Amino acid sequence: MAPIQVKGEVLGVKPVGEYFSMTVVAPGIAERTKPGQFVAVAVGGDAGGLLLRRAFSIYSVRETGVYGGTVEFIFSVAGRGTAWLAAQRPYDPIDIVGPLGRPFALPREPANCVLVGGGYGAAPLFPLADALRTRGCRIDAVLGASTGDRLFGALDAKRMAASVAFTTDDGSYGEKGRVSDVLPDVISRVHADVVYACGPMAMLEAVQRVASDAYDGAGIPTQLSVEESMACGIGVCMTCVLPIVGNDGHTRMARSCVDGPVFGGDRIRWDALGTVPDDAVGAQL
Amino acid sequence: MTVTIRRQERTVRHVNVDMSTKLGSLTVADPVFTASGCAAAGQELAAFNDLTAIGGVVTKSIQLNPRAGRATPRMAETPSGMLNSIGLQGPGIDIFINRDLTWLAEHQVNAVVSIAGQSVDEYAKLAGKLRGKPVAMIEVNISCPNVEDRGQVFACDKSAAASVVQAVKRAAPAGVPIFAKLSPDVTDIVSIATACVDAGATGLSLINTTLGMVIDTTTMRPLLAGVTGGLSGPAIRPLALRCVWQVHQAMPEVPLFGIGGIRTGLDALEFILAGASAVQIGTVIFNDPGAPSRVSRELSEALTERGMDRLDQAIGLAHRPPEVVIPESPDPPGDELVDELYEESIASDIDEMAVFADDQWLEDQDV
Repeated sequence: MAPIQVKGEVLGVKPVGEYFSMTVVAPGIAERTKPGQFVAVAVGGDAGGLLLRRAFSIYSVRETGVYGGTVEFIFSVAGRGTAWLAAQRPYDPIDIVGPLGRPFALPREPANCVLVGGGYGAAPLFPLADALRTRGCRIDAVLGASTGDRLFGALDAKRMAASVAFTTDDGSYGEKGRVSDVLPDVISRVHADVVYACGPMAMLEAVQRVASDAYDGAGIPTQLSVEESMACGIGVCMTCVLPIVGNDGHTRMARSCVDGPVFGGDRIRWDALGTVPDDAVGAQL
Repeated sequence: MTVTIRRQERTVRHVNVDMSTKLGSLTVADPVFTASGCAAAGQELAAFNDLTAIGGVVTKSIQLNPRAGRATPRMAETPSGMLNSIGLQGPGIDIFINRDLTWLAEHQVNAVVSIAGQSVDEYAKLAGKLRGKPVAMIEVNISCPNVEDRGQVFACDKSAAASVVQAVKRAAPAGVPIFAKLSPDVTDIVSIATACVDAGATGLSLINTTLGMVIDTTTMRPLLAGVTGGLSGPAIRPLALRCVWQVHQAMPEVPLFGIGGIRTGLDALEFILAGASAVQIGTVIFNDPGAPSRVSRELSEALTERGMDRLDQAIGLAHRPPEVVIPESPDPPGDELVDELYEESIASDIDEMAVFADDQWLEDQDV
């Protein structure tokens, strides 16, 4: 369904570990949202001088309520725009566009799904888990972060998944190491059919490597939600591109906002991220 | 006694403003267009705007062949603006005509096709491909490196700019207006503008982005993969407005598009007053995808508020000579102070030169 632009209102902003959660009353967006989609939020106010929208994966939506439809997303304060967001208070106006992007593809038949999240990248995995459960899928989760404070959704994950493995770079929570260190064991233990992941690009690349090596190299499919910086979120600015192999086998610079943010991991040209590979359609040699 | 205070209706009815404008042989019902590179080929913006109600869509500059563009990062946010270094990613003219131009025609959207070549011949070929196609106007993006002249940008050289315009004019479908989009990165924009008009351009689009850069203080290297990028957004609005002003002053009969950081109807009005016959909304679309429709509405409200019922009454109005106001009668008693200040200001206007030549009235102050 086509995205809409809503002059919404902040319902609440609260700290969640090292991150913030913002809930916005934005009627119309909740009803259209599918797991893996995102919203693009204008920041800084009219006089603030920040023009570019900030894109956030949707963590949860509520279609009806006392206030009308709401959308909740998780963010980390990383600069002036997100600092402004964290300083917003209930009733403050907020301009939000969504739902945007291609959602996670879901298995037609019940399947064993492993969900892998890095930091607050785990946020879209929770609505995904709901949708998978409705289809009778088994869910196992792996959540990782640099430190324990930067894990997101540990409690939620324990509730929704048959098993959860935690990793932190410093060992402050769960196993010391990366999600990709424990992922091979999880895949073989639960007889995984598919891996879903969202987090930093380096993590996604490691997850893809593990998934394609699974079952003695037979590999299993992945659905990865990528993180590329965006200016518009709606497909007009061409800044959030990455090299993607199409159905015809050709590589094109695809927009992560409308062609993604979810891609099959085997379609991403990991060797050429951040570049335009020489064999891409229209590459200037 | 109860006093009921009814709040004044602030809604301005703008349906009565004639927003139509003439761009050479093309007359459009609304002066607001999307700017090239900020609207792709229109489809994505249809969810947020009635594209048939605005002037039209200026499509992303199209080249002869598919183009993958530059590596990432392609974008950097800057104060009140952004830098981009996309490298004209696009599908090439043939796919563009079959897919994008067809979509625009089917949806009855005025299509202004922006073309970009690497040589004069390429521009001519691109224009030729548009013969017989549903094109309202051709915008020639001459801010491209000329491969036949050591990568010199066409827009920065009078004769190169003129050759491109002349070639496009010859090859283009008859009767379709041709606008040349100029770069502000030149010493004298009026001379480039004049060269383009002399070569047959119907009008001019002012301005393209201006070259800038950002250095990432963490990596201590340029942030953009392409090192430099085009600066756009409200940050460049005064620069763009100055260019429109200068070119309109030199050639008041030539229709101009005002482009550069327009965010509101009042911003658009500034460009109209400076001499633009129409405006294009660019970077601000990234902030507000509904901006084209909103700016159009705000502009017509702004005209109404100023007592105008036709857009063309405002075009170039800021160039009119200053009004001389002569007080008809003494101010009413009680306004002595105001009166005195008023007289002083008149006096200083009249005697300005004299006063500064001989500043007897100034008194050195002890420190």
